[in-house]
Amino acid sequence: MSARHTEIAIIGGGLQGLSTALHLAQRGRRVLVIEAHHPGRFASGVNAGGVRRLGRDPAEIPLAMAASEMWHSIEDLVDDDCGFRAVGQLKIAEDDDDLRKLEARATMVRDLGYDHEEIIDQKQMRALAPGVHARAVGGLWCAGDGSADPMRTVQAFYRKVQKLGVDFNLGHGVSAIARTGTGWQLSIGDAQITSDIVINCAGAWGNKIAAMIGEEVPLETHALTMMVSERTPHFIDPVCGLASRKLSFKQTPEGTLLIGGAHLGYADRDAGVAEPDPIKMAISAKTVTEVFPHLTNVRIARAWAGLEGMTPDRLPIISPSKVDGSFFHAFGFSAHGFQLSPVVGRIMASLICDGTSNLPLHPFRIERFSDDKN
Amino acid sequence: MSEQACDVVVIGAGPAGMRAAVTAANEGLSVTLIDEQTEAGGQIYRAVARVARTRPADLTLLGPEYAAGGDIVLELDAADITVLHGHTVWQISQDGTVWCSDGTKAKSITARFVIMASGAQERPVPVPGWTLPGVMTAGAAQILLKSAAMVPDGPVALYGSGPLLLLVADQLLSAGADIRVVAETTTFKDYLNAAPHLLGALPASKYLKKGIALRRHLKAAGVPIIKAPNGVSIEGTERATGLRIIGKHGQTFEAETILLQQGVVPNTQASWQLRLDHAWHAAQHYWYPTTDRFGATSLANVFIAGDGAGIFGAEAAAAAGALAGLGVAHAAGNISAAARDQKALPFIALHKKAAAIRPLLDHLFPPPAHILVPDDATIICRCEEITAGQVRDAAKLGAPGPNQLKAFLRAGMGPCQGRMCGLSVVEIMARAHGKSPAEIGAYRIRPPLKPLSLAELAAMDDDTPTP
Ligand SMILES: Cc1cc2nc3c(=O)[nH]c(=O)nc-3n(C[C@H](O)[C@H](O)[C@H](O)COP(=O)(O)OP(=O)(O)OC[C@H]3O[C@@H](n4cnc5c(N)ncnc54)[C@H](O)[C@@H]3O)c2cc1C
Ligand SMILES: Cc1cc2nc3c(=O)[nH]c(=O)nc-3n(C[C@H](O)[C@H](O)[C@H](O)COP(=O)(O)OP(=O)(O)OC[C@H]3O[C@@H](n4cnc5c(N)ncnc54)[C@H](O)[C@@H]3O)c2cc1C
Repeated sequence: MSARHTEIAIIGGGLQGLSTALHLAQRGRRVLVIEAHHPGRFASGVNAGGVRRLGRDPAEIPLAMAASEMWHSIEDLVDDDCGFRAVGQLKIAEDDDDLRKLEARATMVRDLGYDHEEIIDQKQMRALAPGVHARAVGGLWCAGDGSADPMRTVQAFYRKVQKLGVDFNLGHGVSAIARTGTGWQLSIGDAQITSDIVINCAGAWGNKIAAMIGEEVPLETHALTMMVSERTPHFIDPVCGLASRKLSFKQTPEGTLLIGGAHLGYADRDAGVAEPDPIKMAISAKTVTEVFPHLTNVRIARAWAGLEGMTPDRLPIISPSKVDGSFFHAFGFSAHGFQLSPVVGRIMASLICDGTSNLPLHPFRIERFSDDKN
Repeated sequence: MSEQACDVVVIGAGPAGMRAAVTAANEGLSVTLIDEQTEAGGQIYRAVARVARTRPADLTLLGPEYAAGGDIVLELDAADITVLHGHTVWQISQDGTVWCSDGTKAKSITARFVIMASGAQERPVPVPGWTLPGVMTAGAAQILLKSAAMVPDGPVALYGSGPLLLLVADQLLSAGADIRVVAETTTFKDYLNAAPHLLGALPASKYLKKGIALRRHLKAAGVPIIKAPNGVSIEGTERATGLRIIGKHGQTFEAETILLQQGVVPNTQASWQLRLDHAWHAAQHYWYPTTDRFGATSLANVFIAGDGAGIFGAEAAAAAGALAGLGVAHAAGNISAAARDQKALPFIALHKKAAAIRPLLDHLFPPPAHILVPDDATIICRCEEITAGQVRDAAKLGAPGPNQLKAFLRAGMGPCQGRMCGLSVVEIMARAHGKSPAEIGAYRIRPPLKPLSLAELAAMDDDTPTP
């Protein structure tokens, strides 16, 4: 029985895999996406949908800026607006120490040559976030940021790549990878697929795939907890965070409140299970009711957690493999890969088609972990 | 460290939970019994102690089965059990930590074993117009009667099938309601399918006799019991005004209150949330968690008793409760397997006797197709007002199962987490994809099992340990 052949195999049908498939297909490449479950089953489908440049690690700012531009015309890319709303993102200073911290951040970003993050005073902050407790003094504001609907985004990317002729192999994961004379052989259940080029977009499982070709990458699995409330009357537009406490907060167009903040639940990567921790739900509820006291009687309808791969420096791996030039990695997005996804695909397509990218990728190279050891 | 720790937490103070709690306590285990109701009794014996105390005459109209519940409640009162009434369980962790709230403050109780006895819920009956004011389930009307002595004003129509339909009609009639019609979905074919199970039901013939007596009593009072195999639609724009029978001789019955009843199904939100193994009941079209005769589940520290593990009725539920109490007592090391098996004998016999009627009932009162897979225009998800047609369309667009629906629709994403639409969604998607419900699967259920206010959550003590 001869193995099925494809030019490029992408392992993982999360947003990074789908976006990579999209850009490669647009550049005329034959692509097969291998997804163990269904597209968006994990982080990409269950995240908070935050489209945020605000507060990014300096290394990520160039990518986030490029991605932001793509979000503002996301319909051109995937024929759907993905529920993207440029409502802005706001980090609230709850006291003067917070404000000093945010001011230092704003200065640092400005010194790097960017002007997307600006300090706003108490009055401006209150106008953006009505109902915030009286002690809050100001904030750091990023207009043009916002949020999108994760599931809808996944569907839009999925539909678009199908339209572009990308093939899918759903329901079984890659269990082994072997080097062949001209490329790679991937084992998927009982079947084999051969491919000239392989791209590892396996999210929290990315280091398992890397290990299959002998590349060791430290990666932790986190279960990030989210809560959503019943519908409540509209009162706020921007996505809000806090300068020194864990919170990510927004009101959806339906009126539900979406509450996150990277509180950790229980993760079982092998079983594909993530569960919220009730204690963290309580901490999260306490934070929300302290920041927005008028919300105390709003009821939580559902909490969930999503699995995410976290690197030691909390930066993703976007890199050719160090063992072989026809193998590439894009995983470990460390809780903020949703916003980056449109540009990650473009970068991967450039790496493969042009051998280089015009964005600075040095901080994301896979070698950095072994470098550190030396 | 935890707020409270005990050997066993029992969830639900119906016949199964009360009996499980008493049995486990009698075997020397420390037991906490939690129920969201303010008094013990569960569905069938709801408020029985208070009714006996404050309006004893109503015991007669509610019937001897109801009055019998008073005995278990007395046993519960006499036993050394911590009872938390008015506490809703909103999450069960696999390690046996049970998270609940009294409506003002959430808390957790850590137990070596959990016995879930959270009973059944009525099967939602999505027919055209079922979301209009004036329409409710027969069980909801019964709850009002039991706990608040409330009887609907104005004309009443009932629709559906099964023992509870006739029971509620009869209880309401005795309480003075103006019942205009009982419309039944049962068909001649259902009788044929049920006939082979008649012999097996003889040990439980008292239930058969009761059903015949209810029917006779209703008819004697002049209540028409008619056949409505093709379904009904509910008339009215602002609120329900009548029940229209679909069919050649379709009539409309004037009614301000319309009560729907199409049997009860296990309340599986908590068992799904715990990711226990479940199976699909083909005749009655519901999920149930798989258990052994002691209620042991696929998780070693979690047991289930009563209608939550499959619909067998109150007497069987009480017996199953005793069996689960014994099962836990053995698992906890308090009694030997031989002692457990010995003590179990009478309860196994009781369960068998009470359950003997089920195959007959299951086949006589199957949920009809027009309720399982409603027509396109009928709403199935009440929280988000989503129709059966929208679910079909999403299936066609590629949603393989309930959990992928949310990429297309908000079905199941409202506050009830699919408690209302879950079975309809499974059934519709199974048909759309030509698969079995077991292949399609169920909604993933997440905490909280019932909505919980931010204030309640925020009030939870920090020192509760992370399990
Ligand atoms: C709760 C939560 C909230 C978040 N909020 C935000 C936010 O507001 N803003 C933001 O920018 N980011 C956010 N993130 C992060 C963001 O969701 C992720 O960084 C991003 O979705 C990662 O995409 P991915 O494609 O790398 O991973 P995934 O979506 O996890 O996709 C990886 C895929 O690989 C598949 N796979 C794994 N192993 C195999 C195998 N052996 N064979 C085949 N397939 C395999 C998996 O099934 C999976 O579908 C959040 C994450 C979570 C969990
Ligand atoms: C509305 C309704 C009315 C019924 N009426 C009758 C009747 O009149 N006659 C009859 O023979 N059968 C009736 N039944 C069938 C009934 O389910 C069984 O006969 C019997 O009550 C089953 O006993 P059980 O102990 O398994 O569950 P139940 O008696 O249902 O007891 C379950 C208990 O668990 C509690 N509970 C559930 N979830 C939670 C939670 N998350 N937190 C805390 N507590 C919780 C409930 O409050 C309830 O008290 C009725 C069923 C329903 C749904």
